[in-house]
This record gives sequence, structure tokens and C-alpha cells, in this order.
Amino acid sequence: MEIKVNEETCTGCNLCKKVCLYDAIEIVDGKAVINENCVFCGACIEVCKLNSIEITGLKEEQKDFSDYSGVCVYLEANGDRIADVGFELVSEGKKLADQLGVKLSAVAIGSSIEKSALEAFQYGLDKLYFIDSPVFSDNLDDIFAKALVQVITRYKPEIFLAGATWFGRTLIPKVAAILKTGLTADCTGLAIDEEKKILLQTRPTFGGNILATIITRNARPQMATVRPHVMEKKKIMEDKGDYKDRIEYIEIDEKKFKSKYKLLGIEKELNENINITDYDVIVSGGRGLGGSEKFSMIKELAGLLGGVVGASRAAVDSGWISYPHQVGQTGKTVNPKLYIACGISGAIQHLAGMQTSDIIIAINKDPSAPIFKVANYGIVGDIFEVVPMLIKRLRDGKPLV
Amino acid sequence: MIEIKIAVCIKQVPGTTEIKIDPQTNTLIREGIENIINPFDAYAIEEGVRIRERFSSGEVEVIALTMGPPQSREILKEAISVGVDSAILLSDRAFAGADTWATSTTLAKAINKIGDCRLIILGKQTLDGDTGQVGPELAQRLGIPFIGYASSILEINRNKMKVKRLMEDRYETFEINLPAAISVVKDINTPRVPSLRGKMKAKSVEIPVWDAKQLEADEDEVGLSGSYTQVVKIFTPKIKHEIKMIEGSPGEQVEQLYKELKELNVI
Ligand SMILES: Cc1cc2nc3c(=O)[nH]c(=O)nc-3n(C[C@H](O)[C@H](O)[C@H](O)COP(=O)(O)OP(=O)(O)OC[C@H]3O[C@@H](n4cnc5c(N)ncnc54)[C@H](O)[C@@H]3O)c2cc1C
Ligand SMILES: Cc1cc2nc3c(=O)[nH]c(=O)nc-3n(C[C@H](O)[C@H](O)[C@H](O)COP(=O)(O)OP(=O)(O)OC[C@H]3O[C@@H](n4cnc5c(N)ncnc54)[C@H](O)[C@@H]3O)c2cc1C
Ligand code: SF4
Ligand code: SF4
Repeated sequence: MEIKVNEETCTGCNLCKKVCLYDAIEIVDGKAVINENCVFCGACIEVCKLNSIEITGLKEEQKDFSDYSGVCVYLEANGDRIADVGFELVSEGKKLADQLGVKLSAVAIGSSIEKSALEAFQYGLDKLYFIDSPVFSDNLDDIFAKALVQVITRYKPEIFLAGATWFGRTLIPKVAAILKTGLTADCTGLAIDEEKKILLQTRPTFGGNILATIITRNARPQMATVRPHVMEKKKIMEDKGDYKDRIEYIEIDEKKFKSKYKLLGIEKELNENINITDYDVIVSGGRGLGGSEKFSMIKELAGLLGGVVGASRAAVDSGWISYPHQVGQTGKTVNPKLYIACGISGAIQHLAGMQTSDIIIAINKDPSAPIFKVANYGIVGDIFEVVPMLIKRLRDGKPLV
Repeated sequence: MIEIKIAVCIKQVPGTTEIKIDPQTNTLIREGIENIINPFDAYAIEEGVRIRERFSSGEVEVIALTMGPPQSREILKEAISVGVDSAILLSDRAFAGADTWATSTTLAKAINKIGDCRLIILGKQTLDGDTGQVGPELAQRLGIPFIGYASSILEINRNKMKVKRLMEDRYETFEINLPAAISVVKDINTPRVPSLRGKMKAKSVEIPVWDAKQLEADEDEVGLSGSYTQVVKIFTPKIKHEIKMIEGSPGEQVEQLYKELKELNVI
């Protein structure tokens, strides 16, 4: 396998060198030359107007995947409820299944989640595989992986989707590794290639600066984790109540589902909510706040909007608020309907974690702060004036001017 | 005698701070992007060194590993300079283009070749590929438990460890048997800066290079040939961005913002 530049057609225009993030292209005597730093990311191939770059010698086995059919979605549970991302995936899976002309199924694993799982039928599900057992009451990755593998090997879907939650992003790679197939991480776009009938999986990388489309070659199912809050969940039918013939209860031998992990304890922060990825509104504070006590105003604003508190790394590193609140490349990736950045400059690593939010409001005293480049509404002003006024406006319901 | 051998897996990545987009062609411009050690991996290295410091001298050995082009040697030297005992570079043209599966195949072979690694420490995810899949896939290949998002190692001996992991809304504490693999978040420690002695050692240290042959890897199981996923297109997102600046006195600004939020139905 090689990556080659066609010397006949290459004009040495330098475009490919400019896009290569891995320092792998040099222009020598007016021609592009690719060196050993290349990771085969394909960026240069895409950009060359003369189609002068090509990957050759990649063996494509012609495997027969005709026994794989259908789209299957994992309905991850959170307590006794299916997490929203599960329903989002059923809606998205429905579109893909319709395009391929195949059935849509889902797997739910847990204890006392049946009621919530049945809701998936309203989003267009054809079949539910359900494993109901108390052995699944905690997040023990290995036994969940084993259960998913059982379902997938038995029913052989051609596409398998799961939420890119923190649990999903450690569980699903295990499943993919056991099944010996590919996995595309944290997708924000899925489509079917009409001609080849394969799944095109698009995902942000390099902190959201680049989108990459990925295919699964030589293996099935085509597996992807999908970022929560990106796909739209849409009920397409009324609750019919009776789904008995569309549920398959899978019995497991509980003795064989002994986890290697011994869970010793769970701690939740009681007086603050740190599950910031789960909220529609996030109000974040940065270095501009100047101290931990100032976060109380951010908390109050978040509370009034029914949201949670986020933070920049500068605020976390200063010890003003705990790490689970950090948004950004080395914190959490969030995707709320409304993100309010207070006293945050908008460094690229912060933007990486929040720029896909639906609406971004930035409040900053510096009009040239980069946060305004991604914001939908900008207020140049002092957070210590603006935020308390906004709190007052929301709380008292009386116009300020 | 070495009680616990720890392998720390690290990756060299292009630092993303400087990435710019050419507005005419809507493509990326790499200008003076420096290659750096993946940020989370600095925490992985530090944790390995800290575990060694919990024991008497000579009881724990920390080995840094990376799969990458020859220039990735630099990050192994950095690892040495902050206290890692030794380093191995896995480099071969055949490894290029690896997805997470092929990466974990290669790392698993190297870890088996080193022999008797009790703990494997990785970063939560990388700046470039950004999948966070290498850890769980590697652990699965080795048939050992994996704990992601480790935020604290409470206890460790040759056979067992107690480790706390951070989930979106909680901390969970587990006891697992070793060998095992973990990935770490930034919360776990504060990486140290290189010492003078460390820098000297990094200068002179020999870093062995293992290629596909030494790992007894078939060309078909590594690199792009051994991968199940393939990038077929890379593009920059089209950003249709419009900002509305809200002017006026603070009171007017807030009133205007309040109206906008009402219209958007968010309040
Ligand atoms: C490898 C790496 C990973 C990183 N990961 C992350 C990450 O995950 N998340 C993250 O957030 N950062 C991350 N960073 C750090 C990032 O580069 C920035 O340093 C950080 O985001 C800055 O935080 P800030 O905006 O709060 O602070 P600053 O950049 O200091 O900005 C403070 C802002 O507040 C404004 N301000 C000050 N006072 C007021 C006031 N009274 N009223 C209104 N505005 C005011 C200022 O004008 C300024 O714009 C990372 C960096 C590196 C190198
Ligand atoms: C744009 C783009 C998108 C991609 N998308 C996917 C995808 O969706 N699915 C997929 O399977 N592959 C994907 N890849 C390939 C993937 O980036 C490579 O397999 C890479 O070698 C490892 O994956 P990662 O960077 O995501 O590492 P992560 O899984 O995020 O890394 C976790 C940890 O594993 C360790 N580690 C990772 N790589 C190495 C290494 N080379 N040597 C030593 N330790 C290492 C480090 O400790 C790191 O912190 C993509 C590549 C590109 C360029
Ligand atoms: S973009 Fe194409 S034509 Fe231009 S230098 Fe690169 S390979 Fe040659
Ligand atoms: S495939 Fe990617 S890494 Fe290789 S030369 Fe092209 S742009 Fe650079």
C-alpha cells in the first residue's frame, strides 16, 4: 500500500502541502513528494484539483455481507429511563433503514427500563430486543459488551448505532473489538451511499475544525457512536400501547454474566449538577469572573434558565469550580440549545467543546474576543453589570427600561 | 526486583491552536503547526511516574510506547525527561494509516513483546483522531479489564487496583485485578516539568525501534491494510455564521437580549 503523486500531472501548486497537518509533503523540483510522516488521512487527495495523488495497493477483499441486514440501535439507559440519545438514534435509524429498505431494531439492556424502552416504538421502531436482568443495574462495561455481542451476532444488523456518551464511548469500542469490525467515533452526520449501499459516517476531528467522512471496509456491522443532541428525535406515531409481538425478550444465563469489575461505590455531587452534557441550557463562566464566589451568580442565572453551570479551563485550573464542569477539548463536548459564555475569551480549545451549540450568547468586555466569532448574540459589556441585570429581569419579570 | 511494569501509550499529534482556514478555498492551512505530545498523554506519563514514586526504588518500571513515524521519537524523549525509565518507538511504513483497531493490534503486540506489563495507561483521547477508542480496543485485544476516564488511583499493588472514574454525572470507584488498562482525564494529576537530569538523560538515551517484523506482524493486520475504517473524505465545515451585536446601555442590552430569547422560545 502506497500513497503516490502522479509526476506527469502534478504542477507543484503547493495546495496539498498547505493542507497536510502532518508535515508529510514537500515540493521538490516542482513536484509534490510525500514522506514517511503521512498517516493516509486523505486531505491532500481531496484538495488536489488535478487528482494527482492516489492511494494504491490497498487490498479490497470481496467479502459477502448478504447475511447482514437491517439497522440496529442501542438504547442506553440512565437509571430507569432510556437516555434521549437512544430515541434520537431511532429517528435517525428510521431514515437510514427506509433508504436501504430494511428493518429498524433496537436493543435495550437493563433492569426496570421496559416502560421507557417501549417509547422507542413511537419513533418508528420495528423490533425491540430486550434483556431484562438485575445483573445490569450498574455500568459494568464488560457484561454489557457481552450482552450486546450476543444480540448482534444473533441478528446480524448491517448497521449498529449507539450514543457517544461517556459510557458508550468505552463500551462500544469493546463490542467492536470483540466482533472484529470498525467503529467510527462521535459522528454528527450519517448518510447512505445510494450506489454502494454503505454507511457514510461523518465526524468532527481536530477540535471541530475538520469533518471527516469514514466508511467501514471489509467488516460488518458498520458501527458508529453518535454525538447526543445532534440528531433530531421525532415521534412519528401515537402510542399504541400493545407492542407484544414486536418485542423479543432475550433470556440470559445470569451465571455467565459475572463482571470482572467490582463496583465499590458511586459518588454524586449532591448540591450541584455536573452532568452538563444533558442540559438544554448551559451558562459558563471564565477567568473574567475572577474568583470562585462569583460563580454563584452564574449558578443563579443557570438555575433561572433551567440549565447548568459550565466553565472554561482557566476557571477550573484556578480552582473556582470542579473539573466535571469544564467545557472544551480537554473537558466535555456540549451541544445545548443555548450556551451563554460569561467572561470567556473563546480560545480554540474552548470553542472545540461548544461551537455546535444551537444558540451562543457571549458576554465579554473585550469586543475583539474570539468568542464573538462563534456567538449568535454578542454583548460587549461588564459581566458584573450585565449578568445581575439579566438575573433580575428573569426573576422579577419587569422590564428594565 | 520489578514488581510492577507499567506501559504508558502516547501519541504525537499536530497541535491545533494554530489551525487556520483559508477562506477562499475553504481548506485548512497548516502553518507552523508544531507537533506536540497529545495533551492527555502527559497526564498518563505523570501518573505512571507517580505510581513508581509510591514504591521503593526499583520496584516499578515505567515504559513509554508510541506508534508513529520516526519523528515521534521526540515525544518519547520528552517522556524520558519527565521520569519515564525507558521508551520504545514502534515505527514502520506499514503501520501508517492505522485506524483504532489496527493501532490497538500493533500496541497489543508490542505490549506482549515487552512481557508482564501489569498496568497500561493511556490518555482519554487524542487531539487529532479524537476517538478515545484505542484504550478499550487494546484492553479487549489483551483480554484485560479497562477503566476509562480514571481520575484517581486510590490503591495499587501487583495484583489489584482501586480506581475512581469520572462519568458525566458521577464518580464510580472500582476494584479490578491487574493486568488492566486505564485511560486518564486531566483531573488525575498535574504533570511536572522536566528536570535537568531528565533532560540530560533524554539527550543520551537510546530508543529502540520495533518494526512490523520485530512485532511479528503481518502487513495485512497493521496500518491502513489492517484497518476496518477508512477516511474517505476530509473537509472543513461550512460555517454560516452571523452575529448580532446588542448595543446600548447595560439595561438596554439586557432588555434586548431578553426579547430575543423570548422570541427564540428558550425562556
Ligand atoms: C492542550 C490544551 C487544552 C485545553 N483545553 C481547554 C478546554 O478543554 N477548555 C477550555 O476552556 N480551555 C482549554 N484550554 C485553555 C485555553 O487555551 C484558554 O487558556 C482558556 O480557555 C481561557 O479561559 P478563559 O476564556 O476563561 O480565560 P481568558 O482567556 O483569560 O479570558 C477571559 C476573558 O474574560 C473577559 N473579561 C474579563 N473581565 C471581564 C468582565 N468583568 N466582564 C466581561 N468580560 C470580562 C476578558 O476580556 C477575556 O476575554 C486548553 C489549552 C491547551 C493548551
Ligand atoms: C480525521 C480522522 C478521523 C478518524 N476517525 C477514526 C474513527 O472514527 N475510527 C477509527 O477507528 N479510527 C479513526 N481514525 C484513525 C485514528 O485516528 C488512528 O487509529 C489513531 O492511530 C488512533 O486513534 P485516536 O487518535 O483516535 O486515539 P484515541 O483512541 O483517541 O487515543 C486514546 C489514547 O490511546 C493512546 N494512543 C493512541 N494512538 C496511539 C499511538 N499511535 N501510539 C501509542 N499510543 C496511542 C494514547 O494514550 C491516547 O491518549 C481517524 C483518523 C483521522 C485522521
Ligand atoms: S495539489 Fe496536486 S498538483 Fe498541487 S502540488 Fe499537490 S499533488 Fe501537485
Ligand atoms: S494523506 Fe494526509 S498525512 Fe498523508 S500526505 Fe496527504 S494530507 Fe498529509
